[in-house]
Amino acid sequence: MSLDSLTYVREAPEPAEAPPMLSRGGLAWVHTNLFSSIGSSLVTIGCVALVAYMLPQLVVWATTHAIWSASDGAACRQYQDGACWAFVIAKWDYLRFGSYPVAERWRVDVVEAVGALLIVWLLWTNAPRRAWGALLLFVVYPILALILLRGSSLFGLPIVDTLLWGGIFVSLLTAVVGIVFSLPLGVLLALGRRSPLPVVRMASVLFIEFVRGVPFITILFMANNLLPVFLPEAWAPDRLLRPLAGIVLFSAAYMAEEVRGGLQSLGKGQYEAAKALGLNYPRMMALIILPQALTLVIPGIVNNFVGLFMDTTLISVVGVTDFLEAMNNAIKDPVWAGPTIMVTGYVFAGIFYFCFCYGMTRYSAHVERILAKGRK
Amino acid sequence: MDLASAKPSSWLSDQRVRGLIYQLLLVGCIVVLACGAIYNAVINMRARGIPTGFGFWNDVAGFDINLHLISYSNQSTYGRAFWVGLLNTLLVAVICIPLATLLGFVIGVARLSPNWLLSRFALVYTSIMRNTPLLLLLLFWYNAVLKSLPAPRQSISIGDIVFLNNRGLYLPMPVAREPASWFVGVVLAAIAVAIGFRVWARGRRDRTGAQAPTVLVAAALILGLPALATAGTGAPFAFDIARLSGFNLKGGLQIIPEMAALVFGLVTFTAAFIAEIVRAGVLAVPVGQSEAAGALGLHRGLSMKLVVIPQAMRLITPPLTSQYLNVVKNSSLAVFIGYPDLVQIFAGTVLNQTQAAVQVMAITMAVYLVISLVVALALNVFNARYALKGR
Repeated sequence: MSLDSLTYVREAPEPAEAPPMLSRGGLAWVHTNLFSSIGSSLVTIGCVALVAYMLPQLVVWATTHAIWSASDGAACRQYQDGACWAFVIAKWDYLRFGSYPVAERWRVDVVEAVGALLIVWLLWTNAPRRAWGALLLFVVYPILALILLRGSSLFGLPIVDTLLWGGIFVSLLTAVVGIVFSLPLGVLLALGRRSPLPVVRMASVLFIEFVRGVPFITILFMANNLLPVFLPEAWAPDRLLRPLAGIVLFSAAYMAEEVRGGLQSLGKGQYEAAKALGLNYPRMMALIILPQALTLVIPGIVNNFVGLFMDTTLISVVGVTDFLEAMNNAIKDPVWAGPTIMVTGYVFAGIFYFCFCYGMTRYSAHVERILAKGRK
Repeated sequence: MDLASAKPSSWLSDQRVRGLIYQLLLVGCIVVLACGAIYNAVINMRARGIPTGFGFWNDVAGFDINLHLISYSNQSTYGRAFWVGLLNTLLVAVICIPLATLLGFVIGVARLSPNWLLSRFALVYTSIMRNTPLLLLLLFWYNAVLKSLPAPRQSISIGDIVFLNNRGLYLPMPVAREPASWFVGVVLAAIAVAIGFRVWARGRRDRTGAQAPTVLVAAALILGLPALATAGTGAPFAFDIARLSGFNLKGGLQIIPEMAALVFGLVTFTAAFIAEIVRAGVLAVPVGQSEAAGALGLHRGLSMKLVVIPQAMRLITPPLTSQYLNVVKNSSLAVFIGYPDLVQIFAGTVLNQTQAAVQVMAITMAVYLVISLVVALALNVFNARYALKGR
C-alpha cells in the first residue's frame, strides 16, 4: 500500500457556502432591531398593534370625518366624530391679530414679513453679510416694529392701543422681544458673574440665582403689580410692556448661565494670549473670548429660546391676549362652543407651538453638528 | 529716551483703582434705584391706600378653598390661607416627583432599548412633550378632557369602585376600623427586615460576588407579611367607596379635577425631560465600562445595574434635581386651571383682596427661594459624597 492512496489532496476549492441569512440586509436589520428576543418581539408586536389601532382613527378624525366649512358650530355639535377645522378657519383672523383694527392689520403683516426675512438671513449659516443682518435685526428692526405696530403721528399712522393687540402676533412679538433683549443682557450678566470685581460678581450672582429660584408666573405678577408701585405715577409702564420686561429679565438669567458655561469651557490660554497681545478687557471679550464662547453654546441658547417661546403662553395671566389666550376666548364663543371644537382648538394650538419649537430644536441640532465637525 | 523723565502713568490706569471706581459706580446705581423705588412705593402706596405692614396676615380671609390639608374655613385668616396654599403646592410636588421620575426612567430606558420601534416611540413622546407648552397640556386635560366628562349621575365607573366624572376622580378610601397600631407595627417590621436583608445581601455580594434578588424579597416581605397578618386576624381597615346620593357622589377619596389635570400634565411633561437626562447620563458612561463588564462575564442587565447606572447616576443627579425644582415651580401654573396652590391663593386671591402687593409677592418669592436653596444645599451634600474621588 502506498502513501498516495492514503493522502487526499484537494484539487479544487470547495464551493463557497451561502452567507448566513441573518447577518446583513433588511431581514438581518429586522432581526437585530425588532425581533432579537422574545421580549423584544412582543414589544414590537405591541407597538405595531397600537399604531395600527390608533393611526387610522386619528387620520380619519383629522381628515375625512372632519368638518371643513361651516358658518357656525351647529354642524360640529351634531357630528362629533371628527375635528372641526371650520372653527379654526372662521376664527383665523382673530387668532392672528386679536382685536387689532382690521384696517391697520397690514402693518402687522409687514412687521411679520420683515422679521421672518431677517431671521432667515441670520439662521442661514452660509448667508452673505450676516453681521449686517444682525445689526438690522437687533437695532433697526425693533424701532421699525414699534413705529408700525403702535403707530406714530409723525408717519401718519393712527395709534393702536396695546389693549387691542392679541393673537399669534403678540406671541411672536413677546418671543422676539425676549430673545433680542435677553441675549445681550444675559451676556452682560455672565461676564459680571465671572468678573474679578467682587461687587459686580455679587450683584450678578444674586440677580441670576434669585430669578432662577422663583417661578416665571411670580416674576410676571411682580412686573405687573410691583412695577407701577415702584415707578413714579407719570412713568407707569404700558400694560404690555410690564410682562415684556418680566420675560426679558427672566430669560436673561437663564441665558447668563448658558453663556457662563461657554466662558468656562474656554481654555485659560485664550485669556492669557489676548492679554499678551495687549488687549484691554472690552476688546479681549469682544474680539477673542465671546465669539468663541457664544459659538460653543449656540445649541443651549437656542434651547433657551424654545423654553422662552413656550413660556410666552403664561403672559395671559396678567391679561395679555397671546395666541393661547385668543384660542381660549375663541373656544368660549357661544356661536361655536362644543366639545369637538374645544379639542380641535387645543390640537391646533399644539401643532402651532410644536412646529415653532421643534423647528428651533432641529436648527440647534443642525448647528451642533456643524460645530462638532469643526472641532474634530 | 531717559526713563526717569518719562511721565509717570496716571493713577487712573491702575487696574485696582479702576476696579474700585467701577464697583462704586455700580453700588451707587443700585442705591439710587433702590432709594427711588422705595420713595415711589411709599408715595404710591399712601396715595392708593395700600397697606404697608403685615397686619393683613391676621385678618379674616372670607373666601373658600376647595382643597385644604389643614382645617380651613372662610372665617380663617389670610395667614391660614397661606399655609393651605403652601401645603397644596408641596402636595402636588410630592405626588408628581416620584411619578415623573418613574415614568421618566421608563421612557429613558425605552429610548435606549435595542428594539428600534420602542426607542422610536420614546423619541416621539419626548419630542412632543418637550416642544409643547405645559400650559397647553394643562388646559387640554382640564377643559377638553376632565371638564367634558359626564355629570356625577352618569359617572364612568370601573367595577363600581372607582368613579370618574366632571367633579373629579373618586377612589376607595381606607378607613381604620379599630386602633390599628399592631398593623402599622407589622408593616414597619417588614420594612426593617427588608432593609436588613439588603444590608446582608450587599455585604455578601462585596465578599463573594453572589447576587441576591433584593427587590423581590423586599416586595414579598412588605406585601406578604401584612397580608398574612390580615388573613389571620381580619383587616384592620375597610374601604369607603363613593356612592351616588342625590346629584352628587358621597364618600370615597375625591381627587378634584383641577388636581388630576395638574398632576397628569406635570408628570407627563416632566417625564419627557427626565427621560432625556437619563438617556444622556447613560450614554455618557464610556463604552469601555460596559465592555469591561461584559468581559468579566456580566450579562447586559447586571452590567447596567452594577457598572453603568451607578456611574450614570453621578451625571444624572444634578439635572434631575433641577427638574424636581422645575416641578415645584411649574406647579404654579395651577393658577390657570384653578387648583388652589400657593400662587393661586396667595399671590392671586389674597393679593387682590388686600392690595398688599409688595408684601404678598415678597413672601411668595421667598417661599420658592427657600425651597430652591434647601434643595441646592442637599444636592451639594450629595455631590460631596458621591463625586469621583481623587480628581
